[in-house]
Amino acid sequence: MATVNVDRSIDARGMPCPGPLMSLIGAIREGEVGNVIEVLSSDEGSKTDIPAWVAKAGHELVEVVTEDGFTRFVVKKAR
Amino acid sequence: MIGVPAKVVVLGGGVGGTLVANLLAKELGREGRVTVVDPTGMHHYQPGYLYVALGQANGRWLVRDERTLLRREVDLAVERATRIEPDAGLVHLERGGKLEYDYLVLATGARLVPELVPGLREGSHEFYSLEGAQRLREELRRFRGGRLLVGIAGIPYKCPPAPVEFVFMVEEYLRRRGVRDRSRITLLSPLNRAFTIESASKVIQPLMEQRGIELVTFFNVEEVDPSAGTVSSLEGEKLEYDLLVLVPPHRGQQVVVDSGLGDPAGWLPTDRYTLQVEGQDRIFAIGDATNLPISKSGSTAHFEAPVVASRIASLVRGTAPNENYGGRVMCFLETGNRRATVLRFDYEHPPAPPQPNLIWHSAKWLFNRLYWETVPQGRLPEKMPVPIPTGRSES
Repeated sequence: MATVNVDRSIDARGMPCPGPLMSLIGAIREGEVGNVIEVLSSDEGSKTDIPAWVAKAGHELVEVVTEDGFTRFVVKKAR
Repeated sequence: MIGVPAKVVVLGGGVGGTLVANLLAKELGREGRVTVVDPTGMHHYQPGYLYVALGQANGRWLVRDERTLLRREVDLAVERATRIEPDAGLVHLERGGKLEYDYLVLATGARLVPELVPGLREGSHEFYSLEGAQRLREELRRFRGGRLLVGIAGIPYKCPPAPVEFVFMVEEYLRRRGVRDRSRITLLSPLNRAFTIESASKVIQPLMEQRGIELVTFFNVEEVDPSAGTVSSLEGEKLEYDLLVLVPPHRGQQVVVDSGLGDPAGWLPTDRYTLQVEGQDRIFAIGDATNLPISKSGSTAHFEAPVVASRIASLVRGTAPNENYGGRVMCFLETGNRRATVLRFDYEHPPAPPQPNLIWHSAKWLFNRLYWETVPQGRLPEKMPVPIPTGRSES
């Protein structure tokens, strides 16, 4: 269960790299500052790619939760 | 006894559309009537644009009349399809005509949409169209050194290796012209590595370093300012350029959107094995037009076309289709200095590219030469002998 209110959720499970990251980038592009976006990814590469991109782009990684067979990334658009 | 021939309509006369039409016409004979619909009636060998931009080929080599590539019994309508009515089995054409179909193949490709990025059209060059490649060739001839930036303004895009090939080949080109020492070449990647596939990046990045080609990662192009000579990223970076080369954003075709068959970007939701458009029993999709998570390339279409032809032939004959597409792709990747590597992979096996060598460069040139006489006609063996390497990369 989400611990923060999510404005948009992207289910990228089953999508190979770089699909989950590109979906997040698309959502950040379309969203407003302050929006919280959740990405569900089963791709192993996302565990490094998504936090690295969020840090470089200056957004906030609110939480990373390992679930059964996938990872849930919660990102807040900071600028 | 042969009844009324089955009507097969193929939208798009690129690699996939031409090959599927020829294979079906040959296989079905009098059991089928195949019509290709293409808005220009001209077939482009798109991998050649790269060579045009770098002054290694002229445009005439890259374009042929589609009619000359199709079997005599295939009909060609040089016209734009405007709308598909799946329930009625109808394709509407721009000049008001209609084509009925029993089976439809959407090989409509991708379109370039430079207007999605402010300033891109005015401020950058591209080699994803013949005209763009010819303009870039002239610009490169005038280039006397400075900062050359090469980037990707949207994923997915056609021929994923092309920007990497371009930086390697332009490095060699500038060296030969004696302006390399006055030039700084930088690849702007939307990801945290040079290439979408990690195993290929591991071969590419050390080579870029050796050749003095810089890499900027996580650079998702947001805006070009032609008057200031800068390009900005979504990540907040702004870089100056003297010459900017950007792969324009890609989208699916308007006919797909207008027919309600595509996703918001116009790509066709397609079954990865049967290549049927989701929810449509009589419509198949191949090549760049699909939403499949594999390379948008001629090679993909080349390997998909025999699967679609076989499945349609089975359906026409009332037998169960048994051919599936396994995600096979084979792409050459030129690294300049008469060297190339090769990416061979499928849904289950990522590529293990060998170190670039003269053999793969020669194979690419042989393929370039043989394309017109082999690929569109299906003269290369259907099951091309390209084993998928499963071990570590050769060295």
